Amino acid sequence: MARMKFLCDAERCIECNACVTACKNEHEVPWGVNRRRVVTINDGKPGERSISVACMHCSDAPCMAVCPVDCFYQSAEGVVLHNKDLCIGCGYCFYACPFGAPQFPQVGNFGSRGKMDKCTFCAGGPEEANSDTEFKKYGRNRLAEGKLPLCAEMCATKALLAGDGDQVANIYRERVVGRGFGSGAWGWGKAYPGSGS
Amino acid sequence: MKSTTDIAKSIRSVCMALIAVTVLAIGSIATPAAAQTTSPDVATEAQSTDLNTGFWSQIRKGATGNVSIPDKNAGVLIQSEGDTAYRAFRNGPLKLYSTYGLLAILFLLSLYFLLRGRIKIDHGRSGITMERFNGLERFAHWLMAGSFVILALSGLNMMFGRYVLMPVIGKETFAFITLWGKYLHNYLSFAFMLGVALAFILWVVHNFPNRHDLVWLLKGGGLFTKGSHPPAKKFNAGQKLLFWSVVILTISVSLSGIALMFPFETAFMAKTFAALNAIGFDLPTSVSAIQEQQLNQIWHAIVGVLFIIIILGHIYIGSVGMEGAFDAMGSGEVDTNWAREHHSLWVEEMEQKAKSAPAAGSASQPAE
Ligand code: HEM
Ligand code: SF4
Ligand code: SF4
Repeated sequence: MARMKFLCDAERCIECNACVTACKNEHEVPWGVNRRRVVTINDGKPGERSISVACMHCSDAPCMAVCPVDCFYQSAEGVVLHNKDLCIGCGYCFYACPFGAPQFPQVGNFGSRGKMDKCTFCAGGPEEANSDTEFKKYGRNRLAEGKLPLCAEMCATKALLAGDGDQVANIYRERVVGRGFGSGAWGWGKAYPGSGS
Repeated sequence: MKSTTDIAKSIRSVCMALIAVTVLAIGSIATPAAAQTTSPDVATEAQSTDLNTGFWSQIRKGATGNVSIPDKNAGVLIQSEGDTAYRAFRNGPLKLYSTYGLLAILFLLSLYFLLRGRIKIDHGRSGITMERFNGLERFAHWLMAGSFVILALSGLNMMFGRYVLMPVIGKETFAFITLWGKYLHNYLSFAFMLGVALAFILWVVHNFPNRHDLVWLLKGGGLFTKGSHPPAKKFNAGQKLLFWSVVILTISVSLSGIALMFPFETAFMAKTFAALNAIGFDLPTSVSAIQEQQLNQIWHAIVGVLFIIIILGHIYIGSVGMEGAFDAMGSGEVDTNWAREHHSLWVEEMEQKAKSAPAAGSASQPAE
């Protein structure tokens, strides 16, 4: 089965934030929660690069490892998902995540962060696929509909790629060969250490 | 004013011990980060051609960029320490040594009980009691103790429940319990702080070191010799050590706990490091917001477990370990023979007071 991965080509990303907006709209995420963000390094200086980043769906996911209630699970396609009914909002997954992916809606009084929310690779959650409950808790389940993540689909420059890791890596490799340079499959070394392409 | 310098000394030595633990903890956090290597097979950051060398490695080391969302901390692309230090330490040495520590104290207490048995009142009960702790003192103690037990249980559940409780009761029930444990932990922490503050105010005068403490300590408090009862005032040296440990551990556990409760709003670690650097340590001078949280979480757990270990010893000696001890915090009235054996100088003081009290016309202390 395909192993799902994101890849952001820093040579192509123009920091338009279309991926961020597409994600927010598709999943109707609450205010203050950013499942995806665009980070610009060397902003306004020579060598400026932008990278769109969300949960990388790590192979040996640190978030899964530290969660006190063990509410994460990894799908057969390598997508890291979690069960919000179990989450207690402790924030440990955020401390552990190398990519700053987990998000917490601010709810109620002190000490009560809401349930963790993060990128699902548009694959919903443990509820029945495409049910109302699933949508309210986790957003759209595009994978169940046979579609790929909307952020990558919306990307005008095709900087952001999402899908079967092997195919994504091939597309990227062809690009690097074609243009003669590339800044690398950003974050892959961290998210998938030692894995083949 | 000799006693004040003594206090300063003892506070300083306890602090030094805590510092040593901090340094050890940080050392072990820092090591895996340095040892981290990767061997990516796909074209990765390493193949960057047109950018300054080290650009991608800067990012992997936490270089920050700009984001257009309000949360500026989101400008960090990768914080490898989350995996290589925080996760590695929390799921590794922290849980391992905490388990060892907790098992060790239970083992030692059981062994002590087997060998020494219950410490009896050598002269038997006299049947006459005297007041040791008044209502307010007992209120402070039980406020502290009651909230501590719940904090300890809910905290341990956060650390170990996933491995020991969850497989037994199932994920749903476990998550439900842990969520309520978290609420209790968050709210009762204030009751606990209040209890300790009250106890501090009530008892600090009795906890300054004096010359009898040295004798008491040299004789091991009589804990290991039947019939040995080194003299002590209201509190003996062991109790004074416990008192100061509780004060310092409470400050530490409360500050780190508050940092967890109000994430990204404190800089306790950076401030502590700066203070330690001022006295000759060589600790990082800049601590990022996320490292602040990671260190506070780990430190909170270390101090919490240490606290639990110490208090288990205290609970033992105050209950099964010693005949007559529980009454002091139970009814507040202790048997005079118990008092004479364990707090001889205090009994003398009280008798003096009782003698002079009626003369002064104040009958507020029914001493017998
Ligand atoms: C007095 C002030 C305290 C505050 C403000 C506080 C706060 C916290 C917070 C916010 C957490 C994170 C989990 C959660 O959201 O519930 C936590 C975890 C924890 N607390 Fe406390 N706490 C306090 C006292 C204590 C005490 C006295 C103990 C030990 C008896 C303790 C032991 C623990 C442990 C073991 C954890 C779990 C650590 C881990 O999972 O690695 N806490 N505390
Ligand atoms: S990127 Fe973060 S949240 Fe996503 S799987 Fe990895 S550790 Fe978990
Ligand atoms: S916030 Fe939720 S998902 Fe994250 S570690 Fe805590 S319980 Fe697990």
